[in-house]
Amino acid sequence: MTPTLQLFLIISTALFSIGLLAALSRRHAIFILIGIELMLAAANLNFIAFWRFSPEPHQPTGVLVAIFSIAIAAAEAAVGLALVIAIYRHYHTTSVDKLDQLKG
Amino acid sequence: MAWLITTLIVAPVVGAFLVGAMRNYARSVALAFNLITAIGAFLLWRSFDCSLSGLQLVERHSWIPAIGAEYLVGVDGLSLLLVILTSLVFPFALLAQSRPAGDRGFCALMLIMQAALYGTFTAQNFVLWFLFYEMSLIPAFLLIKIWGGEKRDRAATKFFLYTFLGSVAMLLAFLGIYFAKGTFDFAGLGELAKTGDLLTGNFTWLAFAGIFLGLAVKVPLFPFHTWLPDAYETAPTGVSMVLTGALSKMGVYGFIRLLLPLFPNEIKILGPWLLTLAVCSIVIAPLAAWAQSDLKRMVAYLSINHLGYCMLGLFAVTATAARPLVEMQAALSGVFMQIFNHGITAAALFYFVGLLEQRRGLRGIDDFGGLMQRAPLFCGWMSVAMFSSLGLPGLNGFIGEFLIFKGSFAIAASFTAVAVLGLLFTAIVFMRVMQSLFSGPLIETGVAFADLRANEKWVVVPVTLLMFAIGIVPQFLFNIFNSTVVQMARLFS
Amino acid sequence: MSSWIVTNLWLIPAVPLGASFIILSLVNSRRRTAAALAIIGQIVAFVFAITAFLPTLYLPGFRAIHNFTWFTFGDQALRIGWMLDPLAAAMMVMITLVGLCIFVFSVGYMADDKNFSRFFSYLSFFSGAMLGVVIANSLLLLFVSWELVGLASYLLIGFWIERPSAAAAARKAFITTRIGDLGFFLGMLWLYHNSGTLLFYDQGRGCLENAGLLAIGASATFIALLIFCGAVGKSGQFPLHVWLPDAMEGPTPVSALIHAATMVAAGVFLVARVYPLFSLGAVNGVTPSLTVVVSVGVVTALMASLIALAQFDIKRILAYSTVSQLGLMMVSLGVGGVAAGIMHLIAHGFFKALLFLGAGSVIHGLHHEQDIRKMGGLRWIMPVTFLTYAIGMMNLSGVPFFFSGGWTKEEILHSTAHWRVSPLPHYLMLAGVILTALYMTRQIIYVFLGSARNTDFQSVRPAESHSAEAATTTENISVVRTDQRPVFHAHESPRVMTMPLIVLALCSILFAFVLTPAWPWFHAYLNGEPARVDFTLLIQPMLFFSLALVAGGIGLGWLIYRRIPDPLARARPGLFRFLENKMWVDEFYEQTVITFSRILARLADWLDRYFWDGLVRLFAGIGQALGVLSKGFDDHGINAGVDETMSGTRGFGRLIAAAHSGQIQTYLGAIAIGMLLLLVLYAWLG
Repeated sequence: MTPTLQLFLIISTALFSIGLLAALSRRHAIFILIGIELMLAAANLNFIAFWRFSPEPHQPTGVLVAIFSIAIAAAEAAVGLALVIAIYRHYHTTSVDKLDQLKG
Repeated sequence: MAWLITTLIVAPVVGAFLVGAMRNYARSVALAFNLITAIGAFLLWRSFDCSLSGLQLVERHSWIPAIGAEYLVGVDGLSLLLVILTSLVFPFALLAQSRPAGDRGFCALMLIMQAALYGTFTAQNFVLWFLFYEMSLIPAFLLIKIWGGEKRDRAATKFFLYTFLGSVAMLLAFLGIYFAKGTFDFAGLGELAKTGDLLTGNFTWLAFAGIFLGLAVKVPLFPFHTWLPDAYETAPTGVSMVLTGALSKMGVYGFIRLLLPLFPNEIKILGPWLLTLAVCSIVIAPLAAWAQSDLKRMVAYLSINHLGYCMLGLFAVTATAARPLVEMQAALSGVFMQIFNHGITAAALFYFVGLLEQRRGLRGIDDFGGLMQRAPLFCGWMSVAMFSSLGLPGLNGFIGEFLIFKGSFAIAASFTAVAVLGLLFTAIVFMRVMQSLFSGPLIETGVAFADLRANEKWVVVPVTLLMFAIGIVPQFLFNIFNSTVVQMARLFS
Repeated sequence: MSSWIVTNLWLIPAVPLGASFIILSLVNSRRRTAAALAIIGQIVAFVFAITAFLPTLYLPGFRAIHNFTWFTFGDQALRIGWMLDPLAAAMMVMITLVGLCIFVFSVGYMADDKNFSRFFSYLSFFSGAMLGVVIANSLLLLFVSWELVGLASYLLIGFWIERPSAAAAARKAFITTRIGDLGFFLGMLWLYHNSGTLLFYDQGRGCLENAGLLAIGASATFIALLIFCGAVGKSGQFPLHVWLPDAMEGPTPVSALIHAATMVAAGVFLVARVYPLFSLGAVNGVTPSLTVVVSVGVVTALMASLIALAQFDIKRILAYSTVSQLGLMMVSLGVGGVAAGIMHLIAHGFFKALLFLGAGSVIHGLHHEQDIRKMGGLRWIMPVTFLTYAIGMMNLSGVPFFFSGGWTKEEILHSTAHWRVSPLPHYLMLAGVILTALYMTRQIIYVFLGSARNTDFQSVRPAESHSAEAATTTENISVVRTDQRPVFHAHESPRVMTMPLIVLALCSILFAFVLTPAWPWFHAYLNGEPARVDFTLLIQPMLFFSLALVAGGIGLGWLIYRRIPDPLARARPGLFRFLENKMWVDEFYEQTVITFSRILARLADWLDRYFWDGLVRLFAGIGQALGVLSKGFDDHGINAGVDETMSGTRGFGRLIAAAHSGQIQTYLGAIAIGMLLLLVLYAWLG
């Protein structure tokens, strides 16, 4: 079984779907963050896969984008965690059901 | 000396602002400015050449060329007469009015009204005239509304709305004329009317009706008079004096300046009806006065009667077919005299009623009795005013009434024959007043009734002397307007 | 001299008028000054009147005029003027002389009145105004003075102003005469219109001269009748006579002045003055207007004499006698006897003033008692008054020879006999003569003869009566009349009051000598002819006939009224009450004219308040209703639409807002679904 783009895409779609499911279904803010991280990972996987199977795999463009994306994800995770902590300090909960301040 | 008229108009306004700006001395400042206007009126009289007939001392500036509005003021004999009358009535009204609360506002409004009157009587362009005409209405409204007696809200509103309705009708009519002819100039419009080019068709009637309504309400002519008794009854003494002495002349003046020259044919067609209205004013008003028990209301009704004489003379001059020039001159002279005399006499009557009210807070005809025993001077001088009002020869009222009747009898005999009944009813009313107030046993209200005080004599004596002077040697007044009468009689014939 | 007095004729009325105003400006306490000023004014006027009278004596038919422009209206001049002719001159002398007597009399009569000086001011004013009527050469000037006379009478009749009855009488006099004056006013306007001038004489252009009369033409009848209305009012002719008896509410000198010398004479004078208007187009001296004058005169004369028979107030009897005498004068003028009428007017001026002042003297002597039933026997107590009163009575009754009234009445009867239209006035006037004699005899008997009748009061002790008198005289004459005045306390009046009586009595006797048919100087003077002396004319059948009538009247009166109380009242109580109540004319007017006018006034007021003002309020109401309607349309039409849109928008907004649950996962889900949809769309569209 040779690795093909198809396979990578299916895996990344599955990963994305799992991340999405986690982000939509979990009530705990940390788990939602983790779900988002999963979706980001799926995206990174896509970048790498498309790079690897592109006509010019010698240029390290895909790797760079993936590294950049991972760096952003790391920053995002840090900010997200900080937000979650701040929300927890303020509301004494991390359940997103209770956090409806944006309600119109 | 062309600036004189403008000075007359501006001075009271300046006075009003000064009165408003100063904390005290409102009355004195107002009186001082009345002294200025009196001097101005006197200078105007001196510099007026009585032998000429047209407009004099004309001042003309472009104002709003787009709508033909000009600042055009000037005087002929009639205007001058009314300016003099205004200058006489206002200081006496100010002297007569006991100081009300908020005297500052009172004086300021009076001064503004005075300025508006000067403007009305001298403006020769419709827009300017109408501006002043309306400008007089608002102070009058406020004066009644704020300083009036009971029922003042109702009376003031009625007065304002009724006269304002008339003004609006008149304004619309004039706008119509302007759109048709493109001028607001009195003289120009008169020329057009003379040649029959003013308006045609039903529109003429519409314009006539509008202007007629506006002026008939202002005069007031029967049956448009019902605002008057309410307003005069409620207004404070000084305002009643001004309303009857000067403001009511605006209507008659309007008739002479606007309606009669502009619509000669319409008036001729409606002649008998207009004369009937005038006769109704003359006969019905004193009858109604007879039935009043409130003295102020009674004097108000008699005021309608006296202005009815003016209207009779004017309609006789313009509304009939055969009109000898002599009789027209007689009637017109009579009307002018009557305008002046009524201003003096009716104001004096209101003053006396005001004194009664001031002393006792009452003005019912049955509230007093036997005053002659306590206050012979008061009764004597008041009797002079009443006799002047009922047209006793030797006093001013007779001259005007005689000439009006002389002129109109020759032109419209049957109407005049009915109208003399007004003389009888007026006499009955005044006899009733005199009997009720002065004679009989002294009743309780009169026990401590003070006779005329020195400051009151300062009002009463000059006015009464003027009545005698006009009644005995009236030539000095006739000189003012004789040339105008001649010219006007020619214009109307 | 004669031209000077003509130019300055105005001085004659001006002097009393000026005196009047000066007195009025004095303080009330200067009583002596006031009386002196008034009397001096009257004397000056009298002297001027005599000065004016003299030139008219030399030339028969003397007439001098002085016209001038009063004022100019337009380019027309209104001219007035005065004139001096025998009529004016004679009237002036009579008015000033009688006036002077009355003034002097008043000094005594009004001595206790607190408004003494005002009284003299009014008297002077009256006299001046009346003199103005007399000198006028212009109907306008005449009218002006005429109205001033009316004013003066108003002031004087209502002089005791604290009496309600006096004030009512004054008002009645003013209004009643003004009714007549309306006619006069219209007549004047008509005359002015037709002739173009109001001057009587103006060198051929006056309205009473040929050119003017020609211009007046056929309307002369109406003009004359309208002017006559004024005379009817002023001279107390039927139907406007009602004010005259009531005018007795004034002080007695006023009654004398009004009813003898001045005011009532003005009407007769007016008719005489404008006589050419009345007689214009006359056929045999008869015109429609003159016939009306005769009819009014006859009715007035008879009616008033009948009423006089049944009055008990001493002044009212005289008042009605005045009315009847004025009727007689009108008859005389109407039948063409202008000179006779004026002669009677002047003679009447003297003797009626005498009678009134005599009555005043009686009233004064009896402390303001006026009821003749309570008098009697005064002949010994008041001899001077009695004597002079008797002379006046002889004059009035028409006894000829020494009494001027007799001759003038003779002359009038003579004129009526020659009237072409009907002999009826002549016979009725003869009946009037009897009636006059009758009521005057009755009055004399009641007042002066017999014995004092009010014995009821004789028991009052003098001390009390003194206090009562003191109360009446010092405080106020008008206070309620207490009947506590015993007649034995009556006294003759002081010299200041009896002297005028004597002077007037002398005048009325002396005047007779220029009236006799033997030397009808005054008649000729008025007519502008030279007088002839012819003693044979004294013997006339008419003279004896009327003498017999007068004697019969007096004798009959003596027979009837010897017995008191009134035999007529006992014999015909119904008729007597009818006459005593003045034929119920006042009541008739009260019920008809006055009530009607009152109703008219109420109606006018009602119409004004409810109909005319109602119309205005109706229009205002319509305006208001339109306002309400427009508000309703605003509220329910325009506003509702806007509101609907607003609420729709809001609802939609709420719907949208509902999507914003604030649940982050909802948003996330929505994004996911959106992405999915986009994917599907992409896949589907290729």
